[in-house]
Amino acid sequence: MSSPLITARGLTKKFDEFVAVDEIDFDVARGESFGLLGPNGAGKSTTMRIIGATSQRTSGNLTILGMDPEKFGPQIRAHLGVVPQQDNLDMNLSVSENLYIYGRYFGLSRKFLKAKIEELLEFAQLEEKRNAKVESLSGGMKRRLTIARGLVSEPEILMLDEPTTGLDPQARHILWDRLFRLKEQGVTLVITTHFMDEAEQLCDRLVVMDKGKIMAEGSPAQLIKDYSTKEVLEIRFGSERNSAMADQLRGMCDRIEELPDRILLYSEDGEALLEKIYSAGLHPKTSLVRRSSLEDVFLRLTGRTLVD
Amino acid sequence: MIISAAVAIAEARRGRLGERVYSGRSRAIFERGYIAFKSSTWMVILSGFVEPVLYLFAFGYGLGELIGNIESNGLSIPYAAYIAPALLATSAMNGAIYDSTMNIFFKLNHDRIYHGMLATSLGPLDVALGEIGLALLRGFLYGVGFMAVVAPLGLIPSLWGILAIPAAVLIAFGFAAVGMALTTYMKSFQQLEIINIFLLPMFLFSGSFYPLTVFPEWLQFIIKALPLSQAIHLVRGLTLGQINLGLLGHISYFIVMIIVGLFFTTKRLNALFMK
Amino acid sequence: MSTPHIRQGSLEIVDQEKIISRGSLYVAQARLTAMMKWIWMILAIAVANPVLYLLSIGVGVGAFIDKSAGAAGIDGVKYLTFLAPALLATAAIQGAIDESVFPTLEGFNWWKNFLGMNATPISGNQIATGVFLASFVRVVGTVIIYWFVMLAFGALESSKAWLAIPTAVMAGVAFGSITQAIAGLLKDENMFFVIFNRFVMMPLFLFSGTFYPLSSMPIYLQWIGWISPLWHATELGRYLTYGHALTQTMAITHMVFLLTLLVLGIFFSRRIFTQRLAK
Repeated sequence: MSSPLITARGLTKKFDEFVAVDEIDFDVARGESFGLLGPNGAGKSTTMRIIGATSQRTSGNLTILGMDPEKFGPQIRAHLGVVPQQDNLDMNLSVSENLYIYGRYFGLSRKFLKAKIEELLEFAQLEEKRNAKVESLSGGMKRRLTIARGLVSEPEILMLDEPTTGLDPQARHILWDRLFRLKEQGVTLVITTHFMDEAEQLCDRLVVMDKGKIMAEGSPAQLIKDYSTKEVLEIRFGSERNSAMADQLRGMCDRIEELPDRILLYSEDGEALLEKIYSAGLHPKTSLVRRSSLEDVFLRLTGRTLVD
Repeated sequence: MIISAAVAIAEARRGRLGERVYSGRSRAIFERGYIAFKSSTWMVILSGFVEPVLYLFAFGYGLGELIGNIESNGLSIPYAAYIAPALLATSAMNGAIYDSTMNIFFKLNHDRIYHGMLATSLGPLDVALGEIGLALLRGFLYGVGFMAVVAPLGLIPSLWGILAIPAAVLIAFGFAAVGMALTTYMKSFQQLEIINIFLLPMFLFSGSFYPLTVFPEWLQFIIKALPLSQAIHLVRGLTLGQINLGLLGHISYFIVMIIVGLFFTTKRLNALFMK
Repeated sequence: MSTPHIRQGSLEIVDQEKIISRGSLYVAQARLTAMMKWIWMILAIAVANPVLYLLSIGVGVGAFIDKSAGAAGIDGVKYLTFLAPALLATAAIQGAIDESVFPTLEGFNWWKNFLGMNATPISGNQIATGVFLASFVRVVGTVIIYWFVMLAFGALESSKAWLAIPTAVMAGVAFGSITQAIAGLLKDENMFFVIFNRFVMMPLFLFSGTFYPLSSMPIYLQWIGWISPLWHATELGRYLTYGHALTQTMAITHMVFLLTLLVLGIFFSRRIFTQRLAK
């Protein structure tokens, strides 16, 4: 395997006293789709801005494409495509002008950009809006334009910060499909998200972040295997009784998590566990057996849910 | 309590002229505006007062030295005393236009404040009068403040000059009513800019700085028909004590502006919100 | 449908050297593209502004001043001729402020498109320089149009009058570069425009020897002229358009003042933009 595209060791970022990123280590390999999963405020966006070579780290080591972003910011950014959490399109310009001007920032020629813009308009399904002012676009269209803009320079690494936040389910699936295609072309993806389904869909490997620290690392399947059971049984007794019942259920399964509205029971066989509960004379109001997800991994690691 | 009061108001107004557009409660909107105005725009108000004072010193005294006295209706008066009333009239206009255009445009199109207001028992005329009340308060403050500066300087030779304060309020009322009416028809900020494009030449050519007699007759005729020129002549007539029937003409001009402005504002708000 | 495209990758297509040498031009190109959307408005203002002011104040107020001053004139010339160079520099300054303050507030506060630019190889320094260059273009256009209107009004008497174009441009961009740096510091611009227009621009406009010689103002107000780029540009402009008396020392002083302001403005704009983006 070739050397990693991104290597971080002891990466730390402080804003005055506040530690946003706390001594994290990770590597991203070429062609990989790498995810940062965590709740809002976990330090994902700060990490992204440091990798994006627009924010300076406080301490630690970071190498991107073999260069230190502190010394070679523009040289690194020349090979990144950045899709920020908040769209920051040039509202003065039309859709195609936004792509053109952004391409110019990479010093790309008019001729190259002319063909590229057509390709990207099709990619983002914005062909009919090419001459529209950006102001008049819907939220989903602006998002797609921001992503298309990030691709104008055919970047080695595409960095997506919460790419589908605010999109409707259909738009999300279209976007996921587009990102798969890029991965097939060998583009390295770095993605932050607080949606576990997105992380499971898109990431080959991910780190779970909380309060600036990395809690765990691995592929989605590996993380679930390491930190959770195969299945989860969710039961409800009604909000007043959940807590009293939880005490009775302890010992019947590997692990138990008590949430305000429901109880999660971790087990290799959910149905069998439910049988056991019924035969013990307990009758939950509702019950559901499902497969473990990254949400459960996160709950295990932090004791909190991802989306509050 | 509140509901019964609202019902009482509604009952009291039932069957009266204009009950559909006016509930007699524009005070509520004025109060809302007053609270908002106290907290955020005092700097704007203060600066609106500073502007005419700066112009007075720069033009009245600086240029006055070069120009000497100006002939007005056969009287020879110092240049500063000649332009002071014009500056008062202009600042009353500017304040009223700002309140009734920019401010109202934002409330109509961005904050959507009127949607909430008109969902209550308030009618569009309440809204119009309430908003315009703010412009009047501002006109009054400018009038008083400016007088407090210029009167001690001896720039108000006539006792009639005290009436310049209510005149400033009347002028503000006229501009605010028409400004608000125009704003309710505007769709974008760019259209709003058209008002400003019209204001600058009006300010420069309305006889603030010199008598209109330098212009050819036909141009004088057009300028005199413009509201700022009417305002300047009204205030100047009062501060210089040149009282004549012409002043009544200027006053009527603003009364017509007020009626026309309120009529169209109410009509338009009705069309926008009371469908 | 679309042309089949084979991915080459940024390592292949992005030319590092080109961006380092031309990055600020790309930013200026973005600004000029945006300006072109308003080009008719910009041109209309550039023409209407001198015509309205020269007519109403230059000719209108001028009629009374010339009558009162008699053959001696103001500074030896008609009032219109005296006033025009000051208005020329004022228009340059106003145009420069429009093109430096608004794009900067858009870029940092309203639309945050500077963050988008900075995610590319473009640096904070290049963004600051690019915004400055675009405003420079606007100022040059505005000043040239103004100069021709002055010519049409017969307000240019000296053969050196064309040199008033570069001095006015210099005043505009010098002032503009300073306001660009200040705008780069603003986090909340709510009160900025009101305070800036009424408490900075208005006094500078009125008390910089614009409408009458600075020397006829009370001595305790004359310092306003000395710190005002408008006065320095006006003195140069008056010398160049009609031969206003100006010693060599004073001419150099005026130029050094404007040049210093320009250098400081550009220096601090670049520094402030870079620091704000690196947070």
